[in-house]
Amino acid sequence: MMNDEDTEATYLIAHARKVFLLPMAMILCLMISSVAIGQPKEMVRITGGSYVPLYGNSDSNLVKVRDFYMDTHPVTHTEFIEFLYDHPKWRKSKVIALYADDNYLAQFETDLTLKKRENPNAPVTNVSWFAAKAYCASLGKRLPSVDEWEYAAMADDKIIDARKSESYNRRILSWYETPTTYRNAVGDGRGNYWGLHDMHGLVWEWTSDYNSVLISGESRGDVEGRTELFCGGAAVGATDLMNYAAFMRYAFRGSLKSNYTIRNLGFRCAVDADHVMTNTTP
Amino acid sequence: MTLSMWKPRQKFEWAFENFNKVVMPRIFARNEFPDLNRKELMNRSKLNSFPKKACTILTALAMGVSLWSCETNTNGKEVDSPETIETDGLIMAELTAPPHVPEPVGDRPAKKVLVHMEIIEEEGEMVGGVSYVYWTFGGTVPGSFIRTRVGDEVEFHLMNHPDNKLPHNIDLHAVNGPGGGAASSFVAPGYETAFTFKTLNPGLYVYHCATAPVGMHIANGMYGLILVEPPGGLPPVDREYYVMQGDFYTKGDFGEPGLQPFDMQKAVSEDADYVVFNGKVGALTGENALTARVGETVRLFVGNGGPNLVSSFHLIGEIFDRVYVDGGTTVNENVQTTLIPAGGAAMVEFKVNAPGEYHLVDHSVFRAFNKGALGVLNVSGEDQEGVFAGKIVEGIYLPEGGRIQEMPVDTARLIASRPSEVLSKDEMMEMGRNVYMQTCFACHQSDGQGIKSVFPPLAQSDYLNADVERAIDAVLHGLTGEIVVNGETYNSVMTAQTLTDREAANVLTYVYNSWGNNGTVVTEEMVKARR
Repeated sequence: MMNDEDTEATYLIAHARKVFLLPMAMILCLMISSVAIGQPKEMVRITGGSYVPLYGNSDSNLVKVRDFYMDTHPVTHTEFIEFLYDHPKWRKSKVIALYADDNYLAQFETDLTLKKRENPNAPVTNVSWFAAKAYCASLGKRLPSVDEWEYAAMADDKIIDARKSESYNRRILSWYETPTTYRNAVGDGRGNYWGLHDMHGLVWEWTSDYNSVLISGESRGDVEGRTELFCGGAAVGATDLMNYAAFMRYAFRGSLKSNYTIRNLGFRCAVDADHVMTNTTP
Repeated sequence: MTLSMWKPRQKFEWAFENFNKVVMPRIFARNEFPDLNRKELMNRSKLNSFPKKACTILTALAMGVSLWSCETNTNGKEVDSPETIETDGLIMAELTAPPHVPEPVGDRPAKKVLVHMEIIEEEGEMVGGVSYVYWTFGGTVPGSFIRTRVGDEVEFHLMNHPDNKLPHNIDLHAVNGPGGGAASSFVAPGYETAFTFKTLNPGLYVYHCATAPVGMHIANGMYGLILVEPPGGLPPVDREYYVMQGDFYTKGDFGEPGLQPFDMQKAVSEDADYVVFNGKVGALTGENALTARVGETVRLFVGNGGPNLVSSFHLIGEIFDRVYVDGGTTVNENVQTTLIPAGGAAMVEFKVNAPGEYHLVDHSVFRAFNKGALGVLNVSGEDQEGVFAGKIVEGIYLPEGGRIQEMPVDTARLIASRPSEVLSKDEMMEMGRNVYMQTCFACHQSDGQGIKSVFPPLAQSDYLNADVERAIDAVLHGLTGEIVVNGETYNSVMTAQTLTDREAANVLTYVYNSWGNNGTVVTEEMVKARR
């Protein structure tokens, strides 16, 4: 019911920005990141560090993450509609089949409006990896890598690495058991240590290299030989046996292809810290 | 493997249109079983394939000696190796929810069989007042029963519902091939995958999800049975049922109300809160009980999904005339209890000789009476005095011996349960019924009728209605020794029950207000006064 008004408003915003964006995009230099910062949507700086990801088995698997910025919440329907106004080729009637399968934006009534029961402030889902990537690129951003995403997501509201905390794991797991969370508005959850919202609890999120840590369809077979692959079954290589919440994220990513569109899968964007001028820290 | 969008309306057309174009050539192009040479397969087929009925009888008469005679079928032709059996036509598999099974294959030829299985993650009831998010094949735990025969070519479509959160797959133990289909069937939410296999070995097989973390997917209910019948089918029986055991691990202990999440730590420790048949407590009791008539032969397809526990499957009051050990070809006879491993199955057959209630249990018996592994087979018909005279009952197993057992009482739980809110009588009745079905039902039976001469009735019970304090005492402190109820003498043991004041009050109120009793309302204060 709010859709018409909302889209009207976003349309105006989008066009106002277009005047600004287009020349910027043509210039294409480091300055481009200031466009990202100029967005109404907040980003926060994640201080880099190193950690042993789930698929690692010792300190030799330590992953280094450099400083980067990340959106505070997943991209919403409203924000994505704004993008669709400026980029018609990503509308559902126009999108190339190679880049998105038949369910692309299935919750949309038309190219630019949502179906009635959908929530404009809920994360946009049913988007392919290609579409997510294009959205971020349109703002001078990119998708976060798996390592970055996992690094940022292992924080609770107090500490950077809460993976051993029972309440942290329980909260994630209770999400797995709650139906239709994809219709909830973003920003309702408590922010984590970095000020990131909804890393867990609403939807899964695309990452730039979602398939680099592979769980093959036959997860029990992943024990043998290919030790770099995470083993879901016997899990002999996993550092933290109890972090089974993360098992499922890696398993989920393993089931994806880049043109897939899934009701429970959204995204948020990131940008390298050295692409952001320090004096404009958001 | 083929991947396509999950589109219920299109899938049938797709399958039919593409069978010859896509699926068939693929089946024949691949050498799917390189490690089995042809001779081995021939030998296997001779031993494993069930011959025609006449042959079965011969075998039974002269086990071992006459096995060679089964190498030929009724036409006198050599039985082909299952791999080379040609299929004749295409059918949609009939899938059934437990405890039902599809029609027997009978003497139909091997066919191409299309199976469409949908994966659904949904909340369901574990026991009255307790819910759990189940992950299911076909919307039930265990998943839909699949029935095939040797030589069938199964085209298996696995659809992962778009609202599901997780990817899944399926490993069918009936498959000869890597992962039992797991790698070929890994499918994201909102997608469908298809793969094919040929059924080579007759028997009863478990299928289950094998996606990381495998144990959790199984613990949440992702298992079921697929039957591969021999050519000509299994010998006909009067009734067939589908029963599958599973163990569940929840944050709260048995019976703790509300939505209970999965508990990985308990699962790793193999410390089950629930051990149940067909996915929940009471799936096979009360109005869900299995039924048969005196003189009929019953076949149970019994599986065990695990994930951890091995079942000592037993039917109280019956002896299995025949057990297809481990669901394979060996038939054992006159068996009291048969072991069903996690990820394994067995077929048991028995003729029911006398009317009454028979109890299916895991004879690791605390699971039956404290964790839910209890089902009922109701046999109707005329009394058979010659078989069973009724005075000596092989009744409920009574592990406690001749004295009252004290059980530890959790004081924190007692305090927490003290009245904070006033319940209406309806609420008391409902909660009382839940307690009854968890705690009292096994002995006093679903309608309070008890078991004659072993467990006294609660229905229209003069003993009960005469003295409410005595009834409260029995629940709180147990009761032993001789009592007379409705003119019948009982001498048995009731243990003290670990119930909170509220639970005790509710269940007593339920009993007093059911089955023609006097309608007393028992309050928590009355219970507390007697504790």
